[in-house]
Amino acid sequence: MAEVEETLKRIQGQKGVQGIIIVNSEGIPIKTTLDYPSTVQYAGLIQQLVMMARSTVREIDPQNDLTFLRVRSKKNEIMIAPDKDYFLIVIQNPSD
Amino acid sequence: PAAESLQRRRSSAHGPTPAAAARPRTSSSSGPNKETSGDVNTHTEFRSERNPLMEIVHVYTKLRSEFGRECLFSDRPAELLVDVPPDPSLALQFIQKTHRDQAVQACRDMSEHQVNTERFESDSCGINHVEGGWPKDVNPQEMEQTIRFRKKVEKDESYINSILQLGSAMEHCIRQNNAVDIYQEYFEDEEEVEESQEPPSAKTINVFRDPNELKRTVTGLSWHPDGGRKLAAAYSCLEFQKTSRETSLDSYIWDVENPNRPEMTLKPASPLVCLDYNPKDSHTLVGGCYNGQIAYWDTRRGSQPVEVSSVEHSHRDPVYKIIWLQSKTGTDAFSASTDGQVLWWDVRRLSEPTECLVLDPSREGHLDRALGGVSLEFESTMPTKFMVGTEQGVVMSCNRKAKTPAEKIVCTYDGHHGPVYALQRNPFFPKNFLTVGDWTARIWSEDIKESSIMWTRYQMSYLTDACWSPVRPAVFFTVKMDGVLDIWDILFKQNDPTLSLKVCDEALYSLRLQDNGRLVACGSQQGGATLLEICSGLSTLQKNEKSLLAAMFERETKREKILEARQRELRLKERSRSEQSREEDTGRDDGDDPPDQLISRAETDFYSVVETETRRRRDREEQNVCEEKEVKDEDASGTEPSQ
Repeated sequence: MAEVEETLKRIQGQKGVQGIIIVNSEGIPIKTTLDYPSTVQYAGLIQQLVMMARSTVREIDPQNDLTFLRVRSKKNEIMIAPDKDYFLIVIQNPSD
Repeated sequence: PAAESLQRRRSSAHGPTPAAAARPRTSSSSGPNKETSGDVNTHTEFRSERNPLMEIVHVYTKLRSEFGRECLFSDRPAELLVDVPPDPSLALQFIQKTHRDQAVQACRDMSEHQVNTERFESDSCGINHVEGGWPKDVNPQEMEQTIRFRKKVEKDESYINSILQLGSAMEHCIRQNNAVDIYQEYFEDEEEVEESQEPPSAKTINVFRDPNELKRTVTGLSWHPDGGRKLAAAYSCLEFQKTSRETSLDSYIWDVENPNRPEMTLKPASPLVCLDYNPKDSHTLVGGCYNGQIAYWDTRRGSQPVEVSSVEHSHRDPVYKIIWLQSKTGTDAFSASTDGQVLWWDVRRLSEPTECLVLDPSREGHLDRALGGVSLEFESTMPTKFMVGTEQGVVMSCNRKAKTPAEKIVCTYDGHHGPVYALQRNPFFPKNFLTVGDWTARIWSEDIKESSIMWTRYQMSYLTDACWSPVRPAVFFTVKMDGVLDIWDILFKQNDPTLSLKVCDEALYSLRLQDNGRLVACGSQQGGATLLEICSGLSTLQKNEKSLLAAMFERETKREKILEARQRELRLKERSRSEQSREEDTGRDDGDDPPDQLISRAETDFYSVVETETRRRRDREEQNVCEEKEVKDEDASGTEPSQ
């Protein structure tokens, strides 16, 4: 439990990180540093995106699997680390 | 070597026995102890009695005692076994076929078939995203329950493990981001030297079809002033007395993204021949009707026109063109019709026109001598001047602010053999304008009134509309009655269009370009408005284009001026010569001469005048050719368009 806290604090402390969200496989945000409405929005939208990305990777090569997803936009970058039951979403505004 | 009894028979009606019976027992000459190499006797029989199929039986025989003997083959010369001569009587059952060439290909038969899928209508709609996923026992509204649930999850072992793992992967990426910007543009500052080598092209994006059963022609098009996401199309049937009672009177406004259904319907009392969006207020439109009335719509107020001009004061012929004017109130428009009048309107009060101009070339305002107006031209940068194209092929340039009505018509340009269907000034060079009528498109310079400075060849079919490109000064578009859209780039090629596209099988009647220069809409006779996208080569300004085009226009204008001056000189010479001869004649006394002498003198006078005229014309042609050649030589040695 304490290690989880420490990890999250370390990530939060990195330069440019705007927010962290941990979502479980059902779309329920477990932990978040953003406000609730945005969290729910991110959780819902990103879960769909991750499912689609994962199925794409799997379709191309069934032995393959999605390990990381990065969505770069004009204003920031959304990084998603998926796992079997949870995923970790970090929104970062890159250095420059 | 087994004995082989080769039997070739077509019909299996008979058993093997008749063949065996056919084997002659007498022809075999060898005895059981013949020393000659195991003689194989052959016998051929030919029978064609009852069986219509010919039977050729070839029988090999061998004595049983000779089985097992060594086979020694020997050569012997060829022997004719059977000679079946043709039976001419059979030929009577057949007729000779005439010679034909037939191509044969050793492949499977294939057929080609075209299929058009049914149009499917798609609709966009939003989905309401509601938070979900909570297990049944937890009520998402209750803060306590949700917090308890979350705490429970956080204590879970697998949660801790996965987060630790994900955390480290995430940290790696974050650090990466902070270290180097992987999307940095390295050569952003350098100018893009883009030479588009690809051939010009255009592709159809959408076709908006008239939803009614009886199709009408798309006679007018107008783009929405803000961004051009909507296209207003006026539908009417211009053919004389071809409208039936069932023909719909409606015109539509289409959303560019949705070709299935028009976004809005405009319901005038009489079909609209032309319409125009107000460039200042994108909700209002004004349209000219087939019966001469003007109607004003506000799209926020529905499909019925807000106001319609009164029948007594409107035009008496279909209104062929209506354009909004630049004014302080933004409510002025003017319209032209083949009844010979150009009327100005204030849309707040459509009961009466505010001003009227009769297109009388003698400038006396006689309606019966007026020319019918079919196209109008108005440039907001020159608000007092405007031009009218007439049915008789004359273009009139007018000044609205002239003091007397006679001065309103400034000058006329006599250009075409038929009605001038389109008229537009070049948006970059307002002194030059484009006209289209009969089978040519002509470019004029305001200063030269005798003839156009540039013109296209006589095309194969009638040109019905034309438009300059709003982004490239040297590009213009024309549509023809064979359904072809031509894109002309006069800096690239002057004899032919740069790109010629067959848009549809029926005639195209109207054309309008969107302000960004990339989208063009053309309307056809069967009510289909096609939206095309032009390739970037034809819709982006090329370097030096303006200066090159300016040089070209100047050169052509100069050439025409020289020709004009030359013609005037010749005419003057002829006139002075004929005046001299007339002076000599007036010495004679006309009254005393008998009538036949008068007649003969009149005849000789007439013929001499005809002769001088033909001679003058011939001389002028020769002069023209000389002049043109001179000027052309000058040009060839001088500048050349660098493209």
